[in-house]
Amino acid sequence: MAMEYSAKVMEHFAHPHNVGSIEDANGIGEVGNAKCGDIMRMYLKISDDEIIEDVKFQTFGCASAIATSSIATDLIKGQPLSEALKLTNQAVVEALDGLPAVKIHCSVLAEEAIKAAINDYYKRKGVHCVVDESCGCAHEHDVAEEEE
Amino acid sequence: MFVYADNAATTAVSKTALEAMLPALHEMYGNPSSLHQKGREANMALIGARETVAKCLNASPKEIYFTGCGTEADNWAITEGARLGALAGKKHIISDTIEHHAVLHTLAKLEKQGFEVTYLPVHSNGIVRVEELEAAIRPDTCLVTIMFSNNEIGTLQPIREIGAICRSRGILFHTDAVQAVGHVPVDVEADHIDMLSLSGHKFHAPKGVGALYCRKGIKLKNFIEGGAQERGKRGGTEAIPAILAMAAAMQESCEHLPENMAHVTAMRDKLIEGLSKIPYSHCNGDPDHKAPGIVSFCFEGIEGESLLLRLDLAGICASSGSACTSGSLDPSHVLLALGLPHEIAHGSLRLSLCEYNTMEEVDYILEQVPQVVKTLRQMSPVWMHMLEKMPDPYQD
Repeated sequence: MAMEYSAKVMEHFAHPHNVGSIEDANGIGEVGNAKCGDIMRMYLKISDDEIIEDVKFQTFGCASAIATSSIATDLIKGQPLSEALKLTNQAVVEALDGLPAVKIHCSVLAEEAIKAAINDYYKRKGVHCVVDESCGCAHEHDVAEEEE
Repeated sequence: MFVYADNAATTAVSKTALEAMLPALHEMYGNPSSLHQKGREANMALIGARETVAKCLNASPKEIYFTGCGTEADNWAITEGARLGALAGKKHIISDTIEHHAVLHTLAKLEKQGFEVTYLPVHSNGIVRVEELEAAIRPDTCLVTIMFSNNEIGTLQPIREIGAICRSRGILFHTDAVQAVGHVPVDVEADHIDMLSLSGHKFHAPKGVGALYCRKGIKLKNFIEGGAQERGKRGGTEAIPAILAMAAAMQESCEHLPENMAHVTAMRDKLIEGLSKIPYSHCNGDPDHKAPGIVSFCFEGIEGESLLLRLDLAGICASSGSACTSGSLDPSHVLLALGLPHEIAHGSLRLSLCEYNTMEEVDYILEQVPQVVKTLRQMSPVWMHMLEKMPDPYQD
């Protein structure tokens, strides 16, 4: 039983947006672990008025891990931090026209990677505990409707 | 270019197999159990197919039971081997850690029923050590089940030696030869095999047919009740078209074995040589005891599903033992049994060839894989972390 990825997932997997790193990033977050097979690293360049001017990612993982990273960076690029913090894994899943049930955790990872990077930004500024520290392995998050 | 390099998953039906099955789908539609001419016609064809399969294995036709698949044959053989052992008060089985799940899950079921199973390690080369097998034999050992050729890494086990040991100790020996039959010489007499499982679609027959070889004298219990088919042991009208196709495909594979092996081995070796040039790559399995068509590699810093799907976009069908391709959290049990760490096992790629593949296709694979690996590494934080501790092999 092969898994079916949406055309949107395959498009972002084949041609991911915002791949790479940012030299002068002021927020970097990395979640996941290689043992489990997914790691996402997000680089944010946040302006003084807290707008995400630029975002890049590096991901080790399956097609959906790469696709969720790509779409998540699209969704927050140019947004104020306050908006980026509202990004949920559900929104990531919807933007990709759905994910197979076993791949929902990739969208959770994308949400957490962004939050970890924003957290890092606040830490660098000396502000603490603005964002919930993520566990990096949030299998208990709400998941989208299970697909067959 | 399109390249099908996943022949260990399944193969294309050969022209010979197709031609053998077509009449049975159309004119020769009789039920072999019927007494009239249509039935007799089908029965004659079935008898011929059984003779062919037996001959290819150096067995007798009465020792061949047609099944629905290789998994069924594995289930049947192991369950029966255990049952016969228990009748004699013996409830210990020896197997190994890289068996197919058809074997492992059957053994797990038997363990729940009170059998004890010793899983021999396969070491970093993926091969069982005969002396370790001998040492594991106990007075209550009733069955040894060791696969002929591994489906993921292609290692060939020392079947003949294992068979000789089992025969001399009076222990039943079963081998899952699903990846071996049609690809390497298999001789149940010379290899001292008591039970053997095979599957048609691994050697150009259609899906849905396999066989169990069971040495004369081993008293198999019925697997499916309800009919006189397969000497009453497996009820249900025989899948004549598939059985005829399997016999034809098997005969063709056996007749052309030497030249097919030479051609496939040459392609395999070229692939291994070329892929070994990719920095931080590992060829899995044993270089000297390897099935002709199976190439297994791990590439550090990347994940197998991405690699597989990128290759698919480039027209290459392959397979991976990464967790993501199986839907579980762990990568393949075979790669882990070799001692590979999870993070490396996640980056695995299996290319499996058959005689239909060409050197041009191998060249195309060797052009695409290094590029895809490089692209994925360049977006991988794992690779970036590795670069902190080593020079960048992609830097001139």
